[in-house]
Amino acid sequence: MSSIPMEYYLILSAFMFCVGVAGVLIRRNAIVVFMCIELMLNSANLTLVTFSSYLGNSIGQVFVFFVMTVAAAEAAVGLAVIIAIFRNKKTVNIDEINIFKW
Amino acid sequence: MNVQIILFIVLATVAAISSVVMITRKNAVISAVFLVLNFFALAGLYLLLNAQFIAVVQVIVYAGAIMVLFLFVLMLLNTETEHKLFVDKRAIKFFAILISFFVFVQVAYLIFHGSPSRTLTPDEAASVKAGTIQAIGQQLYTNYIIPFEVAGFLLLAATVGALVLAKKKFE
Repeated sequence: MSSIPMEYYLILSAFMFCVGVAGVLIRRNAIVVFMCIELMLNSANLTLVTFSSYLGNSIGQVFVFFVMTVAAAEAAVGLAVIIAIFRNKKTVNIDEINIFKW
Repeated sequence: MNVQIILFIVLATVAAISSVVMITRKNAVISAVFLVLNFFALAGLYLLLNAQFIAVVQVIVYAGAIMVLFLFVLMLLNTETEHKLFVDKRAIKFFAILISFFVFVQVAYLIFHGSPSRTLTPDEAASVKAGTIQAIGQQLYTNYIIPFEVAGFLLLAATVGALVLAKKKFE
């Protein structure tokens, strides 16, 4: 751990976050958009674990635990919403799910 | 080159490439499989950072539970119109990549400009101690007991909410 500079982990995390942002913007499948959000949450987790490890403090890893809890809850509710929308509109294309747009 | 640096290079390359492959595949199931690969590479990186508990939870919760849920819903819904869903407009793609590239450049500049490793002297023993399940559990059950209970309540609410939303007669 100490032989690898901390910046490398942070750069990898930033890269994964930006790939997640690009994925949310270019993909039109609602489920894949959800997976890209999971990718962004994971890159944030990597940053938290990096700082926690290099500071020798376990509080960052406690926060990663909470982020994972929220991600699990979000995935369950989000996928249930997608199933409900698919049942009504027969599509998961987020360009066609625009009932809140006017 | 010691073994840690080789492991870091391999795992970081796998994580970066699998994330790029994930957003560029037209088939959503292949995207999900590459996301699982990305999660495994991240679990390896957590082990490299001495975070044993988080690495195990990453494999069990993310690669296990959450991705099974995603794949289940992917298989449940109709995926044969998958190719039509992939955005064909070049302008959107171009601007999306441009925006995320600018965000990356900004964050990378901030990371190298701040260079946190210059002011931080890593302590290997403290790092190993911080990643054990004992240290994390001690924090969870003493200082973070209220957030822990709230997280449990959140999971209960999410279970009930998912059941209500996905029910057959949704009105």
